[in-house]
Amino acid sequence: MENAIEVSGLHKAFGRTQALNGLDLTVRTGEVHGFLGPNGSGKSTTIRVLLGLLRADSGSARLMGGDPWKDATALHRRLAYVPGDVTLWPNLSGGEVIDLLGRLRGGLNPKRRTELLERFDLDPRKKGRAYSKGNRQKVALVAALASDVELLILDEPTSGLDPLMEEVFRECIVEEKKSGRTVLLSSHILAEVEQLCDRVSIIRNGQTVETGTLTDLRHLTRTSISADLATPLTSIPGVYDLVVDGTRVRFEVDTDKLDETLKHLTSAGVRSLTSQPPTLEELFMRHYQGAAS
Amino acid sequence: MTGTRHLIRLILRRDRVLLPLWVVILAALPAVYAASFAELTPTEESRILYARTTAAVPSIEAMMGPVYGHSVEALATQRAGLTLLILALINVLVVIRHTRTEEDAGRRELVAATVVGRHAPLGAALIVVAGADLVLGLLTAAFLGFTGGALLLGMSLALAGIVFAAVGAVAAQLTENAGPARGLALGALGVAYLIRAAGDATGSNLSWASPLAWSQYTQPFADETWLPLLASLGLSALLAGLAGWLSVRRDVGGGMLPTRLGPAGSTSLTGPFALAWRLQKGLLISWSVGFLIFGLAFGGAVSGATEAFNGNPELAELFARLGGGVSLTDTFIATLLGIAAIAAAAYGIQAALRMRAEETAMRAEPVLSTATARVPWALGHVVFAVVGPIVALLMIGAGLGLTYGADVGDMGQVPRLIGASLAQAPAAATLTGLTVALFGLLPRLTAVAWGILAICLLLGQIGALLQLSEVVLDLSPFTHTPHLPGGEATALPLLTLTVVAVALLAAGLWGFRRRDVGV
Repeated sequence: MENAIEVSGLHKAFGRTQALNGLDLTVRTGEVHGFLGPNGSGKSTTIRVLLGLLRADSGSARLMGGDPWKDATALHRRLAYVPGDVTLWPNLSGGEVIDLLGRLRGGLNPKRRTELLERFDLDPRKKGRAYSKGNRQKVALVAALASDVELLILDEPTSGLDPLMEEVFRECIVEEKKSGRTVLLSSHILAEVEQLCDRVSIIRNGQTVETGTLTDLRHLTRTSISADLATPLTSIPGVYDLVVDGTRVRFEVDTDKLDETLKHLTSAGVRSLTSQPPTLEELFMRHYQGAAS
Repeated sequence: MTGTRHLIRLILRRDRVLLPLWVVILAALPAVYAASFAELTPTEESRILYARTTAAVPSIEAMMGPVYGHSVEALATQRAGLTLLILALINVLVVIRHTRTEEDAGRRELVAATVVGRHAPLGAALIVVAGADLVLGLLTAAFLGFTGGALLLGMSLALAGIVFAAVGAVAAQLTENAGPARGLALGALGVAYLIRAAGDATGSNLSWASPLAWSQYTQPFADETWLPLLASLGLSALLAGLAGWLSVRRDVGGGMLPTRLGPAGSTSLTGPFALAWRLQKGLLISWSVGFLIFGLAFGGAVSGATEAFNGNPELAELFARLGGGVSLTDTFIATLLGIAAIAAAAYGIQAALRMRAEETAMRAEPVLSTATARVPWALGHVVFAVVGPIVALLMIGAGLGLTYGADVGDMGQVPRLIGASLAQAPAAATLTGLTVALFGLLPRLTAVAWGILAICLLLGQIGALLQLSEVVLDLSPFTHTPHLPGGEATALPLLTLTVVAVALLAAGLWGFRRRDVGV
């Protein structure tokens, strides 16, 4: 099947600032794709290029088989977008905004609208000005989720939601996925990414640094081991940050070297051993900090 | 008031270009008027004649205020009546910009959470604006030679500004948004102006009810008195105190008037045009009603002039000569419509700038991410920016025609004055076109349209008095509008202006289709 989003070598500069520097991104149709990166790394710029709001300087971008710039209007009928920072018209009520955006996209499922309003516990009669950040986000989410579209582009959609509403959001995304929709989800919330995303792309400084499933990415990182040995070891080949304290050792090891290292440890006699798989936090931190690119 | 000093510096930093600009330009105006009167009416005899005639024509007094004395400076002081109005307008806008607009944007919260007293934001805004007014007053006096009269005129201007800064401060406490606050304060200014105009046109004491009149009743360069300024000072203190009192009795971001719930859904918001209507209708209604009221009020004042002439054939003949064979009422209405054209252009710019506001507030983005293409989205607003000023001009023409026609018993004045009024529309539309062109091609400079309007206003006000060359005057689209009613109605300039306006609009839309959104 054709990919929903295919971006390669995308460049975009604002004056002297290079926002995108050869970015690649592939989102397969029907998957939930996590889009991660530190603040200012170019996530929103990429999304705006995909929405045809910005014109890329070079590189290619395809969206559901079309050109995001030239075919913007036709493509927009098939997608819904939730911006990271939702601003509403101060004098329009939430319900009016939901209906407006839904209609501008080409239709809204009224049953789903009612259901979503209830699930997100949102009063649609309040004026735009009276909503909190989280509630403004809910307005945009309800408008997007109640639209009958193929692709959802969500830019940090849960950054203002409380944990309960985050849970509702996750349920909704799982349902969207089941009904065959594609989701591009930019997020910083690791639990959310882990629970929802089939694949993730991590970008930094306008470049993609990692793409794959979470299992793929885990393989690229290190496991922390601490052990108490029968005979002290002073050196273990192929490990990092080794700390030896009498018979106790602590170190990190590349996940694909784990087997070899354990054999080395057992040869010294293992009295106790704890092994910590790489957490997502470590995975992201490594990329965010740029320690190993 | 803790932190006021820092906030004052913040305001001065943000307004470092605009503030000195309006202070210096407005301060220079009376001196420019005086210089031009010295040239146009060199002899005492001619100045006496000028003073007598303007004093005899109620509509001129209604527009600018009374004339006292007949020295060059005294005549300039009467002209400065319009400077007074512009200064009051600027004061309202600047105070609201630094108070309610800040709250609207959520920036006030950021400041309020730091070590800043409750009164500091409002206090800082008022201190800066009042300080600017006083500097303007001193500059005005300096430009006119720093005589006693010059200082009195300068301080009269300054205090009119300060009163309306305080009016703006009160309005900023009442409503939750900057738009309605501006509407409220400018409405108050409009009422003050109308009261003064009505009082001066009829020569009654009614004018005393208007703070604008106090600044004119000081009679600089004639029977000088500082007493009325005490009233201005008192009212300013009272209003500023009220604003301060209100500001600590409400929530940051909240108003005194509660917001109501809206509908749970909408069947009418069907497309970009319907959305634009929702966002633009308030502006359209207030400008139209305002124009209608001014038309009705001045239409009534005009007929007073006719009466003055009926009793004074000498004067009538003099003015017939001055106006190039055109009747005085026509000359007056034509002058009034020239000012209305500038105001209508201001409305056009304001309506077109809504587009840019939608973009920078990130409200355009979600709409443009739907199946709405860019040009239809923009056209929704452009239609209001083009048609709105036409409707407003229609209203002032109708208003003038109705009261003037009723007075002279000739209802044929209604279509005649509507026609004269609509002849101003093409010139106003070129400014709308310019704004849209800037929006499409140089979006960051969209607000420069205001500066260009200010230049047109200055050219119209003092260009002829300064005897600037034709080439310079021709830069303003308003120069090309035929002098109607009374003048010769020629179609060519109107057509040319329309073509220019359409070309600018098209260029703007073309540019907007091609550029990045959200820059």
